[in-house]
Amino acid sequence: MNVGERTLNVLLAGIGGQGVLTASQLLSEAAVRAGHDVKKSEVHGMAQRGGVVTSHVRIGRKVYSPIISSGEVDLLVAFEEAEALRWRPEVRPGGTLIVNCLRVAPPIVNLGLFKYPDDPLASLRDFNGSVLPIEASALAIETGSPRLAGTILIGAAAAVLPLSVEHWEAAIGSRFTAPEILDQNLKAFHQGRDYAASMAIGQSGN
Amino acid sequence: MTRHHGMTAPPTTGQILMSGNEAVARGAWEAGVTVASSYPGTPATEILEALARYPDIYSEWAPNEKVAFEVAMGASLAGARSLVSMKHVGLNVAADPLMTGSYIGVRAGFLVVVSDDVGMGSSQNAQDTRYFARFAKVPLLEPSDSQEAKAFVKEGFRLSEQMDTPVILRLTTRISHVKGLVDLGERPALPFLGFAKDPGKYVMIPGHARKRQPMILQRLTDLAQLAEASPLNPIEWASREIGIIAAGPAYVHAREAFPDASFLKLGFSFPLPERLIREFASQVERLYIVEELEGLVEAEVLAMGIRVDSGGKLPRTGELNPQRVRAALDGGGQRKDEVSSPPPDLEMLPFPRPPTLCAGCPHMGVFYTLGKMKDLIIAGDIGCYTLGVGSPWNATHTCVCMGASLGNALGMEKAYKMANKDQKVMAMIGDSTFLHSGMTGLLDIVYNGGNVTVFILDNRTVGMTGGQDHPGTGVTLQQEATKPVDFVALCKALGVEHVQLVDPYRLPDVYKAVKEALAHPGPSVIVTNRPCVLIEEFHRTQPFEVLDELCNGCGACLKTGCPAIQVTRREVVRLPNGRDKELSYVIIDPMGCNGCDLCVQTCGPKAIVPAGSAARVTSSGPPQS
Repeated sequence: MNVGERTLNVLLAGIGGQGVLTASQLLSEAAVRAGHDVKKSEVHGMAQRGGVVTSHVRIGRKVYSPIISSGEVDLLVAFEEAEALRWRPEVRPGGTLIVNCLRVAPPIVNLGLFKYPDDPLASLRDFNGSVLPIEASALAIETGSPRLAGTILIGAAAAVLPLSVEHWEAAIGSRFTAPEILDQNLKAFHQGRDYAASMAIGQSGN
Repeated sequence: MTRHHGMTAPPTTGQILMSGNEAVARGAWEAGVTVASSYPGTPATEILEALARYPDIYSEWAPNEKVAFEVAMGASLAGARSLVSMKHVGLNVAADPLMTGSYIGVRAGFLVVVSDDVGMGSSQNAQDTRYFARFAKVPLLEPSDSQEAKAFVKEGFRLSEQMDTPVILRLTTRISHVKGLVDLGERPALPFLGFAKDPGKYVMIPGHARKRQPMILQRLTDLAQLAEASPLNPIEWASREIGIIAAGPAYVHAREAFPDASFLKLGFSFPLPERLIREFASQVERLYIVEELEGLVEAEVLAMGIRVDSGGKLPRTGELNPQRVRAALDGGGQRKDEVSSPPPDLEMLPFPRPPTLCAGCPHMGVFYTLGKMKDLIIAGDIGCYTLGVGSPWNATHTCVCMGASLGNALGMEKAYKMANKDQKVMAMIGDSTFLHSGMTGLLDIVYNGGNVTVFILDNRTVGMTGGQDHPGTGVTLQQEATKPVDFVALCKALGVEHVQLVDPYRLPDVYKAVKEALAHPGPSVIVTNRPCVLIEEFHRTQPFEVLDELCNGCGACLKTGCPAIQVTRREVVRLPNGRDKELSYVIIDPMGCNGCDLCVQTCGPKAIVPAGSAARVTSSGPPQS
């Protein structure tokens, strides 16, 4: 992936409270620091209450629309397995999926009104592109807080995106000011990035 | 989610990422605004939250949008630049002062910022605020990104003072909640003008209003002249095969859908610049008008006798995006292949994930109790408690607009009574919504002897919009301590004799309070007393866990609707009567649980215990159930 004539489209999707907007903020700030034009759309209000939260981030020379058209997502970062299934149709052929290995059933599933898919990751196998599952939530708890999952996922995204580590670290530094929290997030970022790099999905397609 | 956001002032120079809402606040600061008022509402809430961080601006939450409008207008009449902000439906509430405010005009600049929730992400309807500009005969500015949002605020104040009129700045969700790069500027030192008594301008008695009316019409003509030459209405010439007229977010979507087309971008979009539109239309082969929601500019351009090639083609529901624009306009000769297949219904794939109450939400015990009272009609209102409509509670039966539950309930009760039928009716409303526009409904119930029970779910915050303060919380927008409303005393002062305060986490107490209130002939009120779990006043207590060996799979705890309770396995058993019953064995997510203990009260076999106590219980043998 690179940022050129074509605008780079990143979709982050998860559940209210998972830190989707914080993660998209880190990505946007890193892209700004790299000298790109950026537009980032968010979901607020009722939709945030345990519902689906998405954030579109578009990076390019000059970005007009803040919305990514269907089927034009280059990179999908899914914070939950079923959300990866929900948003997969938005990704272009040859695009990349980063999926947090986490299953969260909403009350309507627990009440038996709807069924949670048996194995979302298995049904992603036929995806025409790269798929990277990552145990971000489990790693986050090991690193100190479940809230770090978003930073780990954005670290994994960093392995695919054409932005330098220095810009990512500056973006993280601008978001987290308390030294202890900043250290944890920098550590989480590198955990995600190193893991994704070790899985060698980086720089696939364009 | 924090309630007390940081009060640090933003940077003074440079270029930073800002949401449209933050950019409007920045623009107001750079325009020398000193007074701003609002009532929270998605997608406009963050405008005032951002303004509150500027210590040299007085910013406040008003009880509702009408009061907010009147406060900001008052400041303008006193000679200070002022701003009011609200969501689209808020302008319905503030329409009264807007319509006469148009006649009165301003002394210092007055900007009315309205954000339309076009896709109904968090609203009960979709409305096109561009109609209100036409209705009130005031100018309309429509930015298409954050940078423009800031610039148009400043232009709006200049225009307001030049033309002696309130100005509407129309945003949509995709302006308010999209972040883009914004250049920061300085704040000027503006002189304070003070009020100047002028009854002919400021006292709208009929005799004065009749003199102002022709002046308003002349102002509209003069505004149209300004729109013709406004730098906010540029023509961007490219290929003349297609020419597109667009404003706001519709412009950026169209710009991307048709990168080679020529554009007339309407930043100052009402009154329409007719000469400019004629000139543009005459020089392009095909003329498209791209606008979200209503085909309003299209109708006016058609009325000018100009041919519009996009007539009736754009969707009139939902938000636009480049793809929808392309699809609607036949691809404009490009990328037709991509628009032919209908998009998958993402909301249903693989299962819907609608908004839920938070774990430990104090509303849950109320819904749990009311959901069991199948004969009761519950008129609902606007707020998190609208979620009571969903499973498993099904405990909200109407939702119209802010404060509507009380009047709706009274009307239902009277209709049943006139038909000689006995029917219990309840109004369910939150603290802030009650103060916004529920109090007058309660007054009607008391005044006209309605046999209605009003349930005020006081969680001490405006919950749905992210936890804002209001007159019941004891804290102002700028974090100063103030006198909180006493709901019980307020209801008694309005004339309600049967008022109960109840802890919503104590299911037997909630049940008893509801039974008592419904049995009481005449108006009754129940007020809850526990804070929203997302604000500072809430203190998370020790989470609970399920002892697997004791869980009998009855699923009673699931009926609370708590999202922290997860089913781990299901089992179908044959009952003695031959019917099958599905059992659901559960665990509690220790990180999600807030320790409210509501589920504990529903658990027959006493399988839910404080987390960590399991080892102790096991070592002394399982308790007998």
